[in-house]
Amino acid sequence: MSKVMNFELVSPEAKLVSEPMYQVEIPGDDGAFGVMAGHCSILSSLRAGVVTLHKEEGSSDNRRIFINGGFADVSAENCTILAEEAIDVADLSKESLEQYLTDLNEDLGIAEEIHDKKHIEDNIALTKAKLAAVAI
Amino acid sequence: MPSLRDYRDRITSVKSTKKITSAMKMVAASKLRRAQGQAEAAQPYALAMAGMLTRLSANVVVNAASPKLLAGTGSDQRHLIIVVTSDRGLCGGFNSNSVKCARNKINELKRAGKDVSIVCVGRKGYDLLSREFPKDIIHSFKGVFGKKGVEYAQAHKIAQYVLDRLDDNEFDICSLVYNSFHSVMVQEPSCVQLIPFQEALIEGLSEEIDKEVERAVKSPYSFEPSEEEILAKLLPRNLGIQIFRAMLDSSAGEQAARMTAMDNATRNAGDMIGDLTLKYNRARQASITKELIEIISGAEAV
Repeated sequence: MSKVMNFELVSPEAKLVSEPMYQVEIPGDDGAFGVMAGHCSILSSLRAGVVTLHKEEGSSDNRRIFINGGFADVSAENCTILAEEAIDVADLSKESLEQYLTDLNEDLGIAEEIHDKKHIEDNIALTKAKLAAVAI
Repeated sequence: MPSLRDYRDRITSVKSTKKITSAMKMVAASKLRRAQGQAEAAQPYALAMAGMLTRLSANVVVNAASPKLLAGTGSDQRHLIIVVTSDRGLCGGFNSNSVKCARNKINELKRAGKDVSIVCVGRKGYDLLSREFPKDIIHSFKGVFGKKGVEYAQAHKIAQYVLDRLDDNEFDICSLVYNSFHSVMVQEPSCVQLIPFQEALIEGLSEEIDKEVERAVKSPYSFEPSEEEILAKLLPRNLGIQIFRAMLDSSAGEQAARMTAMDNATRNAGDMIGDLTLKYNRARQASITKELIEIISGAEAV
């Protein structure tokens, strides 16, 4: 069996990553899991969190990508992640995220309509998840 | 009879119009290329999502507890129609075609005694429909087709709006009317039902889906957390994707329609210039002849 699998990270607007990977860590809804070649077929929904890509066994400079939730489709040779938003953790800045969080909290105080409130709360949860990703 | 000067002015003005239309044609052509590229780039996501949906819906039994997006509200009284048009005009019959399709559908539903509400995407659709159905338009999204093309965030916003209305129990069935892009010459208005979700309506993907189903049968899948929960998360996102695809199709179609329309306009302007030049020369010749006759008859009289 080959030691690598085809990994794809797809957003609605473009295919972001498409290359062979040794191992990928995925933030599943029921807990994070690692995928290597030969994994059993699984379809999982994902929470907002970090996908870590290991290109080779034991490599240390792993790429970390933040996704805002999505879905993973895993089979023995393929691993496809669908995410609406994906951004390299290295590109996230702690200061601007914190600023954004304060703004959102202010908005939440002003918002009146129930749907608006819900959307802002979702956004707050997302920003907190991003902050957590930066902190690691 | 118009004077020589009038003809000259007309010719100059038609010439500059021709310059504008031919420039617009060039711009539309390059925008069309970009829009098509964008539509292509969006394909993998839509395919993967359609594949997942087919696999899931094969494993889920629809019952009363299923999400509204899949099972519907159990009634078909209230319809929500999303009409996708362009923000700008000068693209031939592009907007009037999709509006006509929407209008037929609305009138048909109204005759059947259903309630209809309309959401417009794109400025032109609102302009055209607001005259006829001013009370039924509940919201309109304008300026969603940005300079850089269609952004997913816009489609997401529209989907979110529709989901909120569904949450508030404001409609039972939601359909989408847009111009689907067949080729540069042909854009056909089409109407698809979004809610409740219908599998067969993932256009143009059926072959790929067959492959997916084959694959799914071959390898048994496990689902995490569970089929129902994934489906409940997948369906709202699928709604966004459907809207996004419609917007991409529509924006490619818009540029194609504009290209064709501007090509025609340029050709017409050329014909018109030829016509006017002929008339101008004739008038010039007539005035020269007239002057000569005047001189000759003046000389004879002396």
